[in-house]
Amino acid sequence: MLSITPNIEEKPKKKYSGLSRRAQITRNLTLTIPATILALMVIIAIFADLAWLGLPNIGLAPHNPTSGVITDRFLPPSFMEGGKSEYLLGTDRLGRDVLSRVIHGARISLSISMLVIFITAFIGTVMGIISGYLGGRIDGFIMRATDMALSFPGILLALLLAVSIGPSYWTVVLALSILGWAPYARMVRGEALKLREVDFVAQARIIGTSPMRIMLRHIFPNIINSLVIMMTLSVGIIIIMESTLSYLGIGITAPTASWGNMVADGRSYLDTAWWISLFPGIAIGLVVLSGNFLGDWLRDRLDPRLRQL
Amino acid sequence: MSKIILQVEDLHTSFFTRAGEVKAVDGVSFYVREGETFGLAGESGCGKSVTALSILRLLPEPAGQIIGGKIILDGTNLLELDKKEMRAYRGKMISMILQDPMTSLNPVFTIGNQIAESVRLHQGLRDEKAEEEVVSALRLLNIPSPETILGEYPFQMSGGMRQRVVGAIAMSCYPRLLIADEPTTALDATIQAQYMALFKDVQKKTNVAIIYITHDFGVIAQMCHRVAVMYAGKIMETATTRELFEAPKHPYTSALINSVPRLDRKDERLYSIEGQPPSLMNLPPGCRFAPRCPIAKAVCREQEPPEVKISSGHSVSCWRVK
Repeated sequence: MLSITPNIEEKPKKKYSGLSRRAQITRNLTLTIPATILALMVIIAIFADLAWLGLPNIGLAPHNPTSGVITDRFLPPSFMEGGKSEYLLGTDRLGRDVLSRVIHGARISLSISMLVIFITAFIGTVMGIISGYLGGRIDGFIMRATDMALSFPGILLALLLAVSIGPSYWTVVLALSILGWAPYARMVRGEALKLREVDFVAQARIIGTSPMRIMLRHIFPNIINSLVIMMTLSVGIIIIMESTLSYLGIGITAPTASWGNMVADGRSYLDTAWWISLFPGIAIGLVVLSGNFLGDWLRDRLDPRLRQL
Repeated sequence: MSKIILQVEDLHTSFFTRAGEVKAVDGVSFYVREGETFGLAGESGCGKSVTALSILRLLPEPAGQIIGGKIILDGTNLLELDKKEMRAYRGKMISMILQDPMTSLNPVFTIGNQIAESVRLHQGLRDEKAEEEVVSALRLLNIPSPETILGEYPFQMSGGMRQRVVGAIAMSCYPRLLIADEPTTALDATIQAQYMALFKDVQKKTNVAIIYITHDFGVIAQMCHRVAVMYAGKIMETATTRELFEAPKHPYTSALINSVPRLDRKDERLYSIEGQPPSLMNLPPGCRFAPRCPIAKAVCREQEPPEVKISSGHSVSCWRVK
């Protein structure tokens, strides 16, 4: 007799790892590594010292960043010949520890970029939504202001500000914010223009929602995606701008350490004591790259057209 | 007869473009009674939707403007209200359902949140009180298990369900007048039939007056008590649905009815009207249908026809009708 029981072959169980190897690498490169680097930088910046807890002598920085031992000047990093083990990344022309200055510089550079990003994103979003949603004359006015902000040389304005109110932390923030909102306004306006014509906004008008409420409840939440991406991507730009200003001597002034003025400081000794400029330079590079990668990842992640399931 | 809730008199709406004035609505008059469904029929671009947007005063400004006429809703001329007063009317007294349920809901908020917006706005209710209203609006639209649907997002629902939710938003404050702009075009046939039955039911419960905008004569036959046929910004014929289908007087109406595909007849070709609707920027001097009319005579091309009343509920604008 023939057996009519079908021979059900057991399918070989495929090991399901969720992501292919290639996707895994991409993910590490654009998400895990950059996010870790940025998080570490923030932690380093916060715990550079515990002055904010009333304990200025405890912290990650091994030395005082603003005063050095003049006899220990121009010491190379400890892993090189002639380096001292207490100065891991060497010392600068005043005998200050480069590592401690990089750690404290993170505070200045990161806090400036955070501040500037939030200020510019806020102003730009408000302007952009008003401009795009209300349209008409207000739109014309805001967009001409944006054009002016975009065409004005930022460095020149920063120089002017530094000369008139003196270089300081807040001068840098002001100088970078005063023009920095324009790209946000442009981008947000475009999104708002698009959303203005969308049915759910029409539906909101139909049930009698006020323009103010429509902008807050219906336009803004649908712009957040693009906004977050743009904010992440501008981390790099702001840090480079801050470094440029400090490098030119119109930003953060000595003895306070910022990555920009450290690079500037070391420029005369590049042939003899390259470590003064190199390490803050690496820090800048790492943060900028991380910001860009993270921004890319967010964009891919939040854009449903690019999302691959 | 129940009370007249909306009276539109000699409404003129134009769009002012760089190329000139586009007379989208050119002297339209009609009325709607409580508990009645009034159909506005016509082909694309005939001014149906512009008429609806004029009633809500939501024309795209500054190009679109109402340049004449009266829109009287329950004794108040809407054209005399200021912006703020008009906003208070929208949603509360008049509401509207748009065509595409896939885009009429905000993707980032829950259903409950979106229905509650109107309730909060017009009735000043918050939290539990607002939620009660939202649930009763969902019940009115026959949405199963409203309590669970409150917390769902639009992307979790089917098109038919979304369109019910849109209906619930529109009906949440029990408006006196509901404008439905082709609300079933984006739905498939079975859901369409359900949706129309649902709206008859909603109307029975709330006595709301409905203006139903469509180009589908099948839908009109099912939904509407009375119908106005529009062509190039003007109403050509107004009649009860029965009269319109049984004895259409205007050649345009008969042509439209003839061009509906029918299962009971075996014609080789579907009837179609020759030519194109006229440009609204440059209307012919006489009757605007004359260039395409099979029975036009000399006077049709020279003078606009007057509105002729045939019976109490039936009027036609055509020289051929005496």
